Amino acid sequence: MMKQYREAIMRGVFLLAACVSILAVALICVFLFANGIPAMLKIGIDEFLLGEIWRPGNNLYGIFSMILGSIGVTAGAIFIGVPIGILTAIFMAKFCPLGIYRILKPAIDLMAGIPSVVYGFFGMVMIIPTVRTIAGWFNIYTDGSTMLTASILLGMMILPTIISVSESSIRAVPESYYEGGLALGASHERSVFFTILPAAKSGILAAVILGIGRAIGETMAVIMVSGNQPRIPNGILSGVRTMTANIVLEMGYAADLHREALIATAVVLFIFILLINVAFSLLKRRSE
Amino acid sequence: MMKEEKNKDYLSSLLRISVYAAAAITSIALLLLIGYILLKGIPHITPELFAWEYNSENVSLLPALLNTLFMVALALCIAAPLGIFAAIYLVEYAKRGNKLVEFVRLTAETLSGIPSIVYGLFGMLFFVGALGWELSLLSGSFTVAIMILPIIMRTTEEALKSVPDSYREGSFGLGAGALRTVFRIVLPSAMPGILAGVILATGRIVGETAALIYTAGTVAKLADSVFSSTRTLAVHMYMLANEGLHIEQAYATAVILLIIVIAINWVSGTIAGRIKKG
Repeated sequence: MMKQYREAIMRGVFLLAACVSILAVALICVFLFANGIPAMLKIGIDEFLLGEIWRPGNNLYGIFSMILGSIGVTAGAIFIGVPIGILTAIFMAKFCPLGIYRILKPAIDLMAGIPSVVYGFFGMVMIIPTVRTIAGWFNIYTDGSTMLTASILLGMMILPTIISVSESSIRAVPESYYEGGLALGASHERSVFFTILPAAKSGILAAVILGIGRAIGETMAVIMVSGNQPRIPNGILSGVRTMTANIVLEMGYAADLHREALIATAVVLFIFILLINVAFSLLKRRSE
Repeated sequence: MMKEEKNKDYLSSLLRISVYAAAAITSIALLLLIGYILLKGIPHITPELFAWEYNSENVSLLPALLNTLFMVALALCIAAPLGIFAAIYLVEYAKRGNKLVEFVRLTAETLSGIPSIVYGLFGMLFFVGALGWELSLLSGSFTVAIMILPIIMRTTEEALKSVPDSYREGSFGLGAGALRTVFRIVLPSAMPGILAGVILATGRIVGETAALIYTAGTVAKLADSVFSSTRTLAVHMYMLANEGLHIEQAYATAVILLIIVIAINWVSGTIAGRIKKG
């Protein structure tokens, strides 16, 4: 009898633990939306999402420039990180000698584990001066904290995600595809690029979507290198502020509507992330 | 004939070169990052940095380092049992095609996609505000605990699934109940995988900044209780870099952070490697 009770109780405990993640998502949604949506309505949804001026002192809360900023640096990161990431994944899966693989694989894992403040610091001391100097060669004055700088840094930060997800989807393609390519007279390279790669397409796309999620949600590293001016960027060499940066920079001293407007910024970010998540899981389901 | 073959090879060589170039760029980026920080930082590691108390002269990182340990310990105490139990339910108890299981997986996936700043805001609204825990070690650790929950769940699930069914059948055959089978047979065999996941989660906490600034705060003092506001090493690093007054110490702090992360990765990788070899 005792044993049966114990079994039933522990089963209940396990079930409860499983439900914690549901509870967590529910709480996060409730608290964010309950604190953010009223502010959005008070400011006016149009005004908030499409307003070009963010000046809390004058009660102007338009985050359009930051939405553009987030999209801009993310697009830049994808432009830089995706080609390099996918090609590196191909290298690791199909070109890499075992000896190099044994070093490269843990190195990529390490790259994923390096904290974003360390990336941000590296961006501050290395990428910012480099961008400034190179822009100087073309007689362009910039202090180096630009959309380009943030894009390079984020491109670097999403590399490990893109590499490891793409690599495993390339490895999941049956060897017979590749052999078929060889048998038809294609070179190793052609077989890899024209038989394996198309077959791994949806997995690679999932990797890119995951990378987008990473880039758009990154906060600390972006703050440290992007200049953070809340205005519409006019080119890759102007400073930008992302939605994430806006929250961290101003939350420390914000009060009342200003504070709520920052939470509303997080709501917008959260909705972006949810959309990306949905796209990711749809794609994963299809590839399974 | 020769010419044709050469023509055909152009594309192949181009593809090969771009693959090698990409791998080279990735490696160089990583080497540059680690090499530059180590080179610039190691000379600035001084005994002063490890003074017992922080002040603006010694810029000691020791309090922040110890606070990081407390934060990791607390967050793991919360997230590890929850994550492992949840995974046990999903793998060992739930029936196939159970709607609840699908829902749990969906929410766990959602959690793992949420950026840390959103966790930080949630922690600020819920733990700091609604529960009234103020900026504290406790608020911070609960916030990061939710953040690492999906990592622990996923790795534990994988570890449990890799335990052969024959182990369970053997245990049931000898008359053990489900609970005994889980704790005596399945969990011990899955331990290395679970441990690797927990260590991975530790790395995540050590590197976390955005989720902690507005939940645990930025006080550069050793926490004397779970209700005191603290900064972890990553937050400390951010403050130093941002103030711009102590760049040398920021380099040194970055080195310490890097070393910790490399050590964590190495341990986790070694354990995971041992599993593969069996």
